[in-house]
Amino acid sequence: MSRDATVQVQNPWLDRLVLVLLILMAAMWLIPVIWIVVMSLKPNAVLMRSTAGFLPIPFTLQNFTDLLQVSAVPNWLINSLIVAVAMTLLTLIVSSLAGYAFARLDFPGKRIIFILVLAGLMVPEQAVFIPLHTMFADWGMHNTHVALTMPRVAVPIGVFLMTQFFRAVPRELEEAAELDNASRFTVFWKIMLPLSLPALTTLGLFTFLHAWNDFLWPLVSATETDMYTVTVGLASIQGNFAQTQGLGSVMASAVFASLPVVLIYLIFQRYIVRGVAMGSTR
Amino acid sequence: MTITATASSSLAERRETVTGRREAWAAYLFLAPFLLVYLVFLVYPLFKGFWISLHDWELVGSYREYIGFLNYEDLWYDPIFWLTVRNTLTFVALTVPAMTVLSLALALGVSRRTRTHGILRGIFFASSVFSVSVVTLIWQMVLNGERGLIAHLLRSLGIAPIDFLGHPFWAMPSMVVATLWWSVGLPMALFIAGLQQIPGELYEAAELDNASRWTVLRKITLPAIHRTVILVIVLQIVLQFQVFGQALLMTQGGPADRTRTLVQNIYHTAFRDWQVGYASAMAMLLFVLMFFVSMLQLYIGRRED
Repeated sequence: MSRDATVQVQNPWLDRLVLVLLILMAAMWLIPVIWIVVMSLKPNAVLMRSTAGFLPIPFTLQNFTDLLQVSAVPNWLINSLIVAVAMTLLTLIVSSLAGYAFARLDFPGKRIIFILVLAGLMVPEQAVFIPLHTMFADWGMHNTHVALTMPRVAVPIGVFLMTQFFRAVPRELEEAAELDNASRFTVFWKIMLPLSLPALTTLGLFTFLHAWNDFLWPLVSATETDMYTVTVGLASIQGNFAQTQGLGSVMASAVFASLPVVLIYLIFQRYIVRGVAMGSTR
Repeated sequence: MTITATASSSLAERRETVTGRREAWAAYLFLAPFLLVYLVFLVYPLFKGFWISLHDWELVGSYREYIGFLNYEDLWYDPIFWLTVRNTLTFVALTVPAMTVLSLALALGVSRRTRTHGILRGIFFASSVFSVSVVTLIWQMVLNGERGLIAHLLRSLGIAPIDFLGHPFWAMPSMVVATLWWSVGLPMALFIAGLQQIPGELYEAAELDNASRWTVLRKITLPAIHRTVILVIVLQIVLQFQVFGQALLMTQGGPADRTRTLVQNIYHTAFRDWQVGYASAMAMLLFVLMFFVSMLQLYIGRRED
């Protein structure tokens, strides 16, 4: 890797100015979030009078305990977890299998099938959500986890990434196994899959985050409150913030709903940012 | 001798075709799970969407009548449709340049490999992991005319606060700001990846010439990453053209339909007015438009190779 792109011309004063500007910008990114978290830790009655201030005084956990006991939010969180985990696992399985075939196996029609699969990358969700809605309605399958999960598994970005990854693996690694007359699946399972762990991690993280934040499809498919995902559920409780009396509760719901993705981000930040770079070098 | 030679060579050939055929079968088995899902949940719906768009088709009940391209003709004379197209274009025109410049500026600022810069990178990317409903909730609060963060700030400065989201002029820029805040992380990360691939030697000549930072940026850095610039702009056009959640949740398309977007109109037409056929015609137009923008990127990329 090359050395830093920006340290060519030395100019300490400019550097310092830039750093100050960056820190001010970072404050703009952090302050709204801190403010929301602080509000979630204040009693609703206090917020009725004023929402100003960055200290949780008076402090309370009431909003969160109420949330867990009487609201639908934990239920929505479970729905989101089921859908996101299922979507992630299915995407990893079908993408790695198909990616291996495109990268390593020869078969009639390979080129044309690959192009037809890649063309799917240009189909936006909005182009298919209405027919998908009529299909699931015909099958009587709206308000199920299956309906929330399956359409996104069809997005070919995972196949594309895994194909790219497998193509870059040196052939020699498989040759030993091929001499032993191992089956194609054994080679895939025992050799290629363990090698692709970093790629699978990145793909898995992005799929999970997408699933968690999916909005349009769950909005039209899950119409029963019990089947909402947190993203849709949270949208349903956004009303008129100028008058609402349960401001602290609403903020607590938002904080609670974001905890899983924030935790994932804090733990896997490296993989996520590197994943963006991986996708860009195509 | 000759006989055995031909026999063995044809045997080898046969073995070759047999393994070839077995490999083909294996390949189809490997592909089958994805292709099945792909055909059922993406390819078929795409064609079905077009088919629906040729009908007068109601969401509930079984009323559907084939009407050819009448839905597309009706769109031409539909002022609401054109209004939402104009709003969406305004949103794209405001967001995409701002996003490109902001993400490039941030990337230039934080691409160094130091701890402080790493933390700053982490902060700017972090907001991208929130869902749209969390982002709209945050920004509805921040921009609220009575209880909002900016309202508090303005009041402490002795200025009368504004209800940004209900304001005919400010509603659209408010959506743009929330969108920048939400999704600057991805293009920034793309730019950082691009910047870190520039070979250091490129800068050595500039160092000798004592060129100013501005000159270095214009003459070396930008030309070196112009592919990333194109990629970011195209991705952003496609992404922002699909703006939906921000309009639906922050402004409800108001005030007076000034922020009502194309996708929001598709959603309302299909799921509030139940006119699925008409909504599908709009969705198809959106698809064709996005397809051409994506092709444009491929074309530019090809031409340069």
